[in-house]
Amino acid sequence: MRDCTRRSFMKGGALAAVAMTLGMGGLPRFLLRSAYAEGRSARPRILIAVFQRGAVDGLSMVVPHGDPDYYPSRGSIAIARPAAGASETTLDLDGFFGLHPAMLPLKPLWDAGRLAVVHACGSPDATRSHFDAQDYMESGTPGVKSTADGWLARGIEALRPEGASPFRAVAMGAQLPRILRGAAGAVAMSSVADFDVRAEAGATPGTVTARRGFESLYSRGVRDLLYGTGRQTFEAVRMLKAASPQRIAPANGAEYPRGRFGDSLKQIAQLIKAQVGLEVAFADSGGWDTHAGQGNERGQLAQRLAELGQGLAALDRDLGERMAEVVVLTMSEFGRTVRENGNRGTDHGHATAMLVLGGSVRGGRVHGRWPGLSPERLFEGRDLAVTTDFRHLFSEVAQRHLGVPAGAPLFPGFAASPSTHPGVFT
Amino acid sequence: MRGLSGRPILTLMVAALSAACSVSGARPPATVDQAVAVPAPGSPARPSRLSLPPSPLGEEQRIAHALNRLAYGPRPGDVERVRQMGLAAWIERQLDPERIPDEAVERALRAYPVLTMSAGELLRAYPRPDQALVQKVKSGEAARKEMREAFPPERRPYVITAQMQSAKVLRAVMSERQLQEVMVDFWFNHFNVFAHKGAVRWMLPAYEREAIRPHALGRFGDLVLATARHPAMLFYLDNWMSTREDWVLPAGPNRGRKLGLNENYARELMELHTLGVDGGYTQRDVIEVARCFTGWSIERPFDGGGFVFRAPAHDRGEKRVLGVAVPAGGGEEDGHRVIALLVRHPSTARFIATKLVRRFVADNPPPGLVERVARSFEETGGDIRAMLLTIFTSPEFFSAEAVRAKIKKPLEVVASAVRALDGQLLPPGSDASGGRPAVALLGGGFPLSRQVAALGEPLYEAQPPTGHPDVAEAWVNTGALLGRMNFALGLAGKRLPGMQVDLERVLAGADRRRPEQVLERLLAVILQGQVSAETRGALAAQLDSPDVEKLAALVLGSPEFQRR
Repeated sequence: MRDCTRRSFMKGGALAAVAMTLGMGGLPRFLLRSAYAEGRSARPRILIAVFQRGAVDGLSMVVPHGDPDYYPSRGSIAIARPAAGASETTLDLDGFFGLHPAMLPLKPLWDAGRLAVVHACGSPDATRSHFDAQDYMESGTPGVKSTADGWLARGIEALRPEGASPFRAVAMGAQLPRILRGAAGAVAMSSVADFDVRAEAGATPGTVTARRGFESLYSRGVRDLLYGTGRQTFEAVRMLKAASPQRIAPANGAEYPRGRFGDSLKQIAQLIKAQVGLEVAFADSGGWDTHAGQGNERGQLAQRLAELGQGLAALDRDLGERMAEVVVLTMSEFGRTVRENGNRGTDHGHATAMLVLGGSVRGGRVHGRWPGLSPERLFEGRDLAVTTDFRHLFSEVAQRHLGVPAGAPLFPGFAASPSTHPGVFT
Repeated sequence: MRGLSGRPILTLMVAALSAACSVSGARPPATVDQAVAVPAPGSPARPSRLSLPPSPLGEEQRIAHALNRLAYGPRPGDVERVRQMGLAAWIERQLDPERIPDEAVERALRAYPVLTMSAGELLRAYPRPDQALVQKVKSGEAARKEMREAFPPERRPYVITAQMQSAKVLRAVMSERQLQEVMVDFWFNHFNVFAHKGAVRWMLPAYEREAIRPHALGRFGDLVLATARHPAMLFYLDNWMSTREDWVLPAGPNRGRKLGLNENYARELMELHTLGVDGGYTQRDVIEVARCFTGWSIERPFDGGGFVFRAPAHDRGEKRVLGVAVPAGGGEEDGHRVIALLVRHPSTARFIATKLVRRFVADNPPPGLVERVARSFEETGGDIRAMLLTIFTSPEFFSAEAVRAKIKKPLEVVASAVRALDGQLLPPGSDASGGRPAVALLGGGFPLSRQVAALGEPLYEAQPPTGHPDVAEAWVNTGALLGRMNFALGLAGKRLPGMQVDLERVLAGADRRRPEQVLERLLAVILQGQVSAETRGALAAQLDSPDVEKLAALVLGSPEFQRR
């Protein structure tokens, strides 16, 4: 298996090198594609996972305005009832749920049936600790901390490795997140443009000789993790040089929000359009831990939701028809208390809402069973109860979209089957 | 072997060290010494030499290996210095850091005043910016200038972490007490707290200074107790607000609010600090331990207060932990009993031994050595020096398989590279800041700490209670490897601000016109000449364009240098 993978790397690398000596241009892409698509019948399916770190308030992101207990519980942080023609009120989705008004750019995607919501989704583990809950959501093993790898890494490991590209799994950022750690070998990069050996700013000859020097250092040694990664690194660098994704401008007038999150999505779109063999991408979004001064239609949380909505809408616009092969999945470690706290914010809760966009998603509907907000229905008397274990949703996305085989050990010790999937895909 | 050859010396050492420990300065009000078996003190005489085991390695290789494991790598000339002193004497000295003069570092650290400040002083000097004003600036209602005037950048809370990070790198690079710095890093990581959780940032300098550093080579039980009672840990793992079920806050802004049990600390205390995840405890034990620690809290958590025991919030009922009854009405003493019980538990000895052997020997710790180190733990009541001694005098430590078996963590790669080139960190305020205000403010340690972060290990910023991992898989990925190569190019190319690198001094006499001589010298200084034929060949092929900086960068970015 490993050898097979390496041989394919070499082939891709050789092609990229040929392309470089031929003098760049857009030409080599189809060659690259053929190298990495070897053995595949269709273009690869792509999953973009977005982690809302800090626990998003699902009740403000996707507002259950039809629940009789929503407005009494939420005090000053409630999002105003939908009102036709009025701005800054909940954007009604189905008469019961509505989108936060700051996420207006996502409304057309909902209307087009391409955006789905899974509400009351979360972990079976009751922890209200950010790091435990994030750890569990990334390892995919709630309650078990000793799991060494992440579920997305296990997912791509279970996909056919033939012709796998060094860019099949990419996390935007300096560190490889837990979710992508594992045998599959994911790339962590802060920026596409900086993914190279940089000898001297602007001095190309120095860069090239330094790169060649490092490359030869890692090309000869024994076959271990370090040398293997070294070889992959230079394959990846050459491939990226040839494909130059950073030169691909956003299409269709897409405008990404300023900041790290928007930059991450923009660069993921560049990698997709450059056809470097991306299958799984990961982006972080922070600032969701709204213990104080959360705000309602406007304010702290509204600003975060605006960035999320603009970012996802820009990605969708930018990728255009390619979105047929792309699914975006948002996740957050838990939700927040139903009741407003003493600081006009919310504390750590239990279930939240997750968004699924693109691909063959059965959009335009809120999936999952709504547990209700009346006091006796709340988890531990205070939080939205979990009715969809996140592993059911994640395994449906992995199996139905990415094509991870049903028997793959995606979530050890957990049995997910089509009958337990929330039904987000047709 | 079974460690018998080293045993008499070891026992003597331990006895001497225990005697030395028992008079060592400030301690928390109570220690677990009473509860943990301590061998009777023997003769206080200090043995003059350790005996190192026979080893297949040559002398130079053994010294280089020790410098890579007990220290952050050799500086030019270090191997020779250790040879003259004798490796055994050097190890012994590193185990006794108080006797090693370190004035240059102490002077340099004065540039970082947060290191000696209390949480209260830090809150006054680096106050939390007014959140209302922050919001106003964000929404455009207030000008940035207003923010700068009310909260000037040099008085913002990030300065605390920035100074801590700079100081940590500075110590790793410059301190003569290398093993102490390695162990402070090890234990901080073991008892990790995350700088950006709530009020932890202001508690961070005191946490390392009071809870970790004094015990880094001391007794494991003291570490557990000191961290358990420290506001930083109480805050980070939420124990400060863990109360008996249905306790109602009697006063304050949240008066009337019902609180209850928080299991966070109890779980991590057993899973990560003592027994290990498979250490034989149950969810019931987690709850019982949490009940024991109810009331262990912080006086004024957002105002720099210290440990306080809140008797009314404490669960006064009887508890049962790991099958042992904790009688009702124990109050604050319950927590001490639990710690003593956990520290004495055989799972703890094995868990700590495994982690130490993983740090010093190999990612997959040799089971025989783990057993012997665990026995040292049990025989000495958790004496860290005794455990380290067992490791450093073991055949496994000096085996051929152990050499370069570990992938350097980001801090290790950065510190060892700077040491290899004998790079000098410039103090704050010097002109070599490259026009960067942060470097002018914080000195050369700061840009290096940013490099460590860029390689994936932001110091004091590991969010999970597990800390940063210590196995190769966590640090070897394509992006990180490129980062290491680019760091090597930046360092050797003298492009890191706040640093002075003098390659002429490194080359010391090698004839620049003879590239092969330059290469030999670089290989000797940076890799102690221990280099594979493949690497040597690849480097020799670079000699047609003899650029010393590039050559030095290639050696620092080579596969050999990524290992220790």
